[in-house]
Amino acid sequence: MTTVLNVEAVNRSFGERQVLKDVSFSVEPGRLTGFVGANGAGKTTTMRIILGVLAADTGTVTWRGAPISRNDRQLFGYMPEERGLYPKMTVGEQVVYLGRLHGLSAADAKRRTTALLERLELAERAGDPVEKLSLGNQQRAQIAAALVHDPELLVLDEPFSGLDPIAVETVLAVLRERARAGAAVLFSSHQLELVERLCDDLVIIADGTVRAAGSRIALREQHALPRYRIEVDGDAGWIRDEPGVTLLELDGAQAVFDMTAGADEQAVLRSALGRGPVRAFGPVRPSLAEIFREVIQ
Amino acid sequence: MTTFQAARLVFGREIRAKLRDKAFIFSTVSFLVVLIGSIAIPAMLSSGPTKVAVVDAALAPTLRAAALDVREVTDPAAAEQLLRDGEVEAVVLPGPKVVAMEDAPSELLDILSTVPPVELLDPPAFDEAIAIFVPLALAMLCYITSLLFGLQIAQSVVEEKQTRIVEILVATIPAKALLAGKIAAMTALAFAQIALLSVIALIGTTVADLDSGVISALRPALGWFLPFFILGFVMLATLWAAVGALAARQEDLGSTSGTVQMAVLIPFFAVIFLRDNAAALTALSYFPLSSPMAMPIRIFENGAAAWEPFVALGVLAASAAGMLVIGARIYHGSLLRTNGKTSFATAWRTRTTAAG
Repeated sequence: MTTVLNVEAVNRSFGERQVLKDVSFSVEPGRLTGFVGANGAGKTTTMRIILGVLAADTGTVTWRGAPISRNDRQLFGYMPEERGLYPKMTVGEQVVYLGRLHGLSAADAKRRTTALLERLELAERAGDPVEKLSLGNQQRAQIAAALVHDPELLVLDEPFSGLDPIAVETVLAVLRERARAGAAVLFSSHQLELVERLCDDLVIIADGTVRAAGSRIALREQHALPRYRIEVDGDAGWIRDEPGVTLLELDGAQAVFDMTAGADEQAVLRSALGRGPVRAFGPVRPSLAEIFREVIQ
Repeated sequence: MTTFQAARLVFGREIRAKLRDKAFIFSTVSFLVVLIGSIAIPAMLSSGPTKVAVVDAALAPTLRAAALDVREVTDPAAAEQLLRDGEVEAVVLPGPKVVAMEDAPSELLDILSTVPPVELLDPPAFDEAIAIFVPLALAMLCYITSLLFGLQIAQSVVEEKQTRIVEILVATIPAKALLAGKIAAMTALAFAQIALLSVIALIGTTVADLDSGVISALRPALGWFLPFFILGFVMLATLWAAVGALAARQEDLGSTSGTVQMAVLIPFFAVIFLRDNAAALTALSYFPLSSPMAMPIRIFENGAAAWEPFVALGVLAASAAGMLVIGARIYHGSLLRTNGKTSFATAWRTRTTAAG
């Protein structure tokens, strides 16, 4: 599928400090793209540039092939890292107001607000001022504010921080629904396990440069080491003497080992089968955390 | 959606939020009470026409013609009793002879005595007390409203910054729509309050039965005051928004808004203290920060030529346009800086949104 959002060679400095260096990546519709990086890596700055809240020094951001206009941005939904709603305004009015700012008619804004608050299990608090809500519910209200106009692009800065586990599941389900309906979703997080579970695509940023980008599956293959795991009946200790094997872990019948370049892992499997039954044998794919550690070096 | 439509939505929200704000309602109501009081109290202090008891019936028509409250009594002793009871302030006995309690009633004596004809080359249009009070009230009204609503603008900007909703807002609509909607809403509310107070002042002065010279002088002064006030308010409004944006928290407002407060305070005192200096007042009636106060005073005192308010209003409009540009840039440049106070220079230099 073609990409809808393209960030191309974006640079941005604050005073002497360059926070983004030639940042390029793209986001596809219908997919969840995770934006991963340490604090200060440049995630929020990039998101702000996409939303037009900040200007890039050089480089472009395009939406469906053209530079982003005000009208395009009306179709975006944004949840900034620093949350905020009017404390004294009721949840319902607030979401309706933001929907109207995104160009919805009064009637549409009301209808969608009702449906969305229902979906986020916040319907009975619609008449309460935001300041009276618990933090978790404020967060749900914030998500409603970003989603009310059915955005074609959703940009969420750390959407899961501060959410309790139940709310995480609700929000996750809502984001998946939006992606399935064709929206492009870009969200940042430093909860790597969550990103790993949720994302279709990944962008990894460190010190203002994109270190890796692409589909999660492709990335895992790219960064896969020649590492294998085997499980046999009996003790697997013999494996350290096989040619080309560097044993990493041994736990009775289970072992994890690396193969030196050019060595044949199938020879190890054959040798194991010669010794008795093999319960499991396969490559060990790196976790996102491992890939992350590797690419940010 | 156009910038105008966005500004209109912002306008609607600001008005609704203010009309629900108890502190705002309270301040408006108390301001009205003070104004009504300041009109009613002088009227109550002046005790109305002097009451006299007349024993000589032939004098009664003359005294009535001079707008005194005349009671005709046939018996001098009864008249004296009325005086002792405080029912009347003086008694006129045949002769004529005037009887009073402590002070000689000068108003009555003037009527009864023959005064040589006097010609005043520069007669005051009205009572000296009113001539002092009306300009003071106008300047006060302008000063207090400007300060009160200006601070409201700054507070509303800081609220959006402090609660961080501003980032969602500027990601959705142009910052200038946000600024314009906010300023339009506050100007409308300030204007509504000023207009309400002006109407009350006009009704009040009519009811309090001030002489017609005052009312006919007050009408053009108030009529000019309103456009001057609106432009003067808009001129400062963007600056109020800018100093609001420079602050990160409500607590910072005191220091970031100091300059704008001075821009309201100094012209006010200049107008009050230099009121009797015709040259200074003329200069102040053209200077944009003080013209909304000084020009209506000159009009009230009949000291301005017909073309003068138009010129002063033009000067004010031009400076308002200039201030809008400066204020909008500062507002824009500091809106997203949420870590502590932003300096004027930093805000001025900051580049922000890509698309306007």
